[in-house]
Amino acid sequence: MSKIKAENVNVYYGSKQALFDVSIDIAEKEVTALIGPSGCGKSTFLRCLNRMNDVIEICRVEGSIKMDNLELNSRKLDVVRLRENVGMVFQKPNPFPKTIYENVAYGPTIHGIAQSKEEMDQIVETSLKKAALWNEVKDRLDEIGTGLSGGQQQRLCIARAISVSPEVILMDEPCSALDPIATAQIEELIDDLKKEVTIVIVTHSMSQAARVSQKTGFFHLGKLIEFGPTDKIFKNPDNQQTQDYITGRFG
Amino acid sequence: MNLILVTFIILLAFTSYYFGRKKALVIQSSQRLTALPKFYGYYLAAWCAAPALIIFALWSVFEPSIVKTFILQDYTDQNLTKNELQLIYTKVKALAAGTYTGNITNFLDESANKYIQLKGIANSAKVAIILAILILSLSFAYRSVQKNDRMREPVEIFLKWVLFVASLGAVLVTIGIVFSLLFEAIRFFQAVKIFDFIFGTHWYPAKTFVRDGQPDPELMKDAFGAVPLFAGTFFIAFIAMCVAIPIGLLSGIYLSEYAGRGVRKYAKPIIEILAGIPTVVYGFFAALTVGPFVKEIGNAMGLEVSAESALAAGAVMGVMIIPFISSLSDDVITAVPQNLRDGSYAMGATKSETVKKVIFPAALPGIVGSILLAVSRAVGETMIVVMASGLAANLTMNPLESTSTITAQIVVILIGDQQFGDPKTQSAFALGISLFIVTLFLNVIALSVVKRYREKYE
Repeated sequence: MSKIKAENVNVYYGSKQALFDVSIDIAEKEVTALIGPSGCGKSTFLRCLNRMNDVIEICRVEGSIKMDNLELNSRKLDVVRLRENVGMVFQKPNPFPKTIYENVAYGPTIHGIAQSKEEMDQIVETSLKKAALWNEVKDRLDEIGTGLSGGQQQRLCIARAISVSPEVILMDEPCSALDPIATAQIEELIDDLKKEVTIVIVTHSMSQAARVSQKTGFFHLGKLIEFGPTDKIFKNPDNQQTQDYITGRFG
Repeated sequence: MNLILVTFIILLAFTSYYFGRKKALVIQSSQRLTALPKFYGYYLAAWCAAPALIIFALWSVFEPSIVKTFILQDYTDQNLTKNELQLIYTKVKALAAGTYTGNITNFLDESANKYIQLKGIANSAKVAIILAILILSLSFAYRSVQKNDRMREPVEIFLKWVLFVASLGAVLVTIGIVFSLLFEAIRFFQAVKIFDFIFGTHWYPAKTFVRDGQPDPELMKDAFGAVPLFAGTFFIAFIAMCVAIPIGLLSGIYLSEYAGRGVRKYAKPIIEILAGIPTVVYGFFAALTVGPFVKEIGNAMGLEVSAESALAAGAVMGVMIIPFISSLSDDVITAVPQNLRDGSYAMGATKSETVKKVIFPAALPGIVGSILLAVSRAVGETMIVVMASGLAANLTMNPLESTSTITAQIVVILIGDQQFGDPKTQSAFALGISLFIVTLFLNVIALSVVKRYREKYE
């Protein structure tokens, strides 16, 4: 079942066009990987899905992006509600310089989700458990989040993202700053999370895309070159450029 | 004479630089150089200028006192005090320069001739010695250039010493200032008990003035109480911060988070220009515009307002400090990493929530640091207070009355003629050192807070 449907999306940074007529269907409760060389527009596309491009003054988005028939690329859209529903995990772990507890409680607080202290404690605990971090930090929830190791920080950011129970989580190269062990933990986590949420992940590691995703899209120079089931993209792509990229002949 | 000598040394140094470089190119044709040709030039120039200039400086420092000793030798049998000897020496110098207008005795005339003679000998000796040094050091340096010795290391060591001497000079001057403050203050505290100074509540140094005599110790006890000055200083600084902190901080947040690039591009330089307005301009603005305005408003409301009120001075001082706080806090807030903002926006936080919950707490140590620096500026501000808040040291907490500050009193004490050694004059040093201690304390705290903030994101 389709969760997000993008049609003819064009993105401009000032006068420079970064995305050309991208159309893609993202299925519900699956992991969709976006791959491609640096600067190909995959992160730009990802940031269209929760309107993070609004933050960049010179950025302009055209085309239609629908999530459950709600038009995302519309002036009337309530961006705060959208971002409550579409969480995001960034390339570099970016916990707030607050305690671990406050980091996870941040989203529920600003959206008024928890009614009482007990309820908030419950949300923090479940989120940390889902992010596979609970056992490591349960005795030091009042320590500063930036004091954790890189992999723990990234899992804290995932816990923060899932604390408001989003329907979609966007991940922008979430493992590029992590070592192989932390990467394996995050990948395992992605596998668990997809039972409940739709995940779109941008990655530079093709083996990671092959391991975690069900669908893969290959971007090149701002265009979506090929999109399809991960197995097919990696074993038998239709397009010569995809074939070249996957076998490491360029990019 | 001195100017010609120094110019000559410097010109010679430049010449030897080019000469050394050229010589290196000649050496290059027969053997491998130990450094780039310019190092040969630097080496010669350094050997030319440094020894000669050092001797010149030492000579200039010691010559006057040696000449003085020679002249005053003739007066040792007259049993004169140090001050009288100094007076005679001044007379001799004036006579030699032809500017003396008093009675000329034979003895004085003789001394003046001797002075001129000694000066002449000293000058010729100076020129001769410096020329000799130039020849010696240049020939020594030229020998080692000819031998193609290693050139890089001596030049680097020389540069290191030049830099060391420059920083030593800066440090020594600072230490000297602090110590002169300290010694004068100690002399003041010999006349006035430190307890009376710190805890006394009356500041009225003028009443200790007695023509040609020692002031009454009983009077001294009650004239140098610094409490009204400290109270006034902190009171006016407090009023200033009440104006400057809210406006400065809010405009800093606007500039860094809300203003578009166009606004920021013009607003930030304009605010920084405001910081460059001379304080004396703010001073007459406070005295001529704000002061009477405050008085009028107060009178309209039926309040008794002095024309020179603490409120006017404090408010204008606050305006003066606004650019300081807004510019610094803008820098600190801009330095908060973008990925923290992204993280907050991606959670669905609005701009104001992001500012309040993520950016402001992250920037807080830096903001506190900038506020402390601003406080120490407010405490040290002089002109506005002198012009707008009066000079009478009232002990008051009423912002509508006039009050005075430490800096303003220092101005009052040192304006016009003073007697050195008078406790009134020396009290300026005591005030100066207490002000120095307060601002030093504030600056140390501010800098350590800012430093701790910097380490946080590295």
